[in-house]
Amino acid sequence: MKLDFTHAQAAHCENGVTTSLLRHYGVQQITEPLAFGIGSGLFFIYIPFMKVNGGPAISFRTMPGMIFKRTCKSLNIPILRKKFLSEEKAQLELDARLNAGEPAACQVGVYYLPYFPREYRFHFNAHNLIVVGKEADNYIISDPIMETLVSMSSYELKRVRFAKGPLAPHGQLYYPRERKPVTNEQIKAAIVTGIKRNVRDMLHIPGNFAGISGIKYTAKKIKKWRDSLGLEKSRSYLAQLVRMQEEIGTGGGGFRFIYGAFLQQAYAYHQVDELMDISRQFTRAGDRWRDAAVQASGIYKGRLALQQDYNHMGDMLLEIADMEKAAFKELAVAVKKMK
Amino acid sequence: MKKEDIPQDKGALGNEVSYVVDENGKYTTGISNGWDVKIKALDVAWSDIEKKVNEAKQKLLNDEASPILYFMELKIMDLPIVAAYTGFWQWQIRRHLKPSVFNRLSEKKIQQYAELFEITPGELRNAKQILSNR
Repeated sequence: MKLDFTHAQAAHCENGVTTSLLRHYGVQQITEPLAFGIGSGLFFIYIPFMKVNGGPAISFRTMPGMIFKRTCKSLNIPILRKKFLSEEKAQLELDARLNAGEPAACQVGVYYLPYFPREYRFHFNAHNLIVVGKEADNYIISDPIMETLVSMSSYELKRVRFAKGPLAPHGQLYYPRERKPVTNEQIKAAIVTGIKRNVRDMLHIPGNFAGISGIKYTAKKIKKWRDSLGLEKSRSYLAQLVRMQEEIGTGGGGFRFIYGAFLQQAYAYHQVDELMDISRQFTRAGDRWRDAAVQASGIYKGRLALQQDYNHMGDMLLEIADMEKAAFKELAVAVKKMK
Repeated sequence: MKKEDIPQDKGALGNEVSYVVDENGKYTTGISNGWDVKIKALDVAWSDIEKKVNEAKQKLLNDEASPILYFMELKIMDLPIVAAYTGFWQWQIRRHLKPSVFNRLSEKKIQQYAELFEITPGELRNAKQILSNR
């Protein structure tokens, strides 16, 4: 059977799953930018003691799972999230949910995801999709990265739900527990909570490798890469930075554009004029991130190789850090006017 | 980014959603079918992988490593990932990377590795001959 479900393509998988699921469960107002902003999705972190695929561990967004969790909590929607030891039970529980006529989301690994192009199949385990039906042995899947519905056999789905390695999903299944509409007042309050938490994460997080200080930290690292890593490895490191910024469904500019869209949509709920201007500041920050990516590509394509090219790249990030710091400081003031 | 500036450079993933501003400065979405800057970034990642695979192949041909290293690199895996899938300890796998230890592995262990690497036990055992004949 195939449930009545509206598939929507999104920039990012977790935003997309959150948006489509909540819509299905009765939250008519939700959009990808609102889910991202309410879930305080914007972030920056460079984890110095960790490697991902042999390169730097950099993220432009908050931890996997947080956007769904925070958005549902802010909107007072009870959720179920469950991991499994048994592959059989994981499938039975999903089937039971589908038989009850309700879709459910799964966390999966992308390495064995059959409909993904081979070039994108790394051992990355925090992808999200929604299962919206089952016909014979095939599950019908709404994957927010894809343009249309796709399908997987029960074996294929089991394999990606039980992918192993970092962030292993352990068959993780999650969905809102009840169908209920949300008032505009609730959305308004959730926007305020989301902005406050994002201001805190970017401006006041302790340590020097996360938030605005994380961008500065990365800038300083990049300037040293040429000497400390050598030309070849620094090219790989820069390519990895750009992939994290542009590739993984960020909507461009390391999620900065989605955040700009969120602030514009927030304005519809809170007529605080500053929001529109701060939104423009995030657009400019996203544009500068993309300029920095062009500079990085000059290095990893081998066109630029001098220390001054690395310095220039680092300086661009320092400038971005200042832009985002100013924007979040203004946002911290503006949010106080939002009632 | 402005809507008219969305890059269309034909990448591997196909059409992706981008957030952009229209002529009135209002946010909207647009479709990008790829951007040269990130296509090249992905190319770099794959050429790094290819390099590691070739190094592992050379080590296999020189009897410096067992076929497990070669298939591990081919499947973009590292010790923690292989350990998680097979249930072996990392120190065990590290031993299995030595040709002398590999040649004495039980049929059961060979079977486990072959399943993970999606090949037959024979292809795993004889990887050196197969690769050197290519």
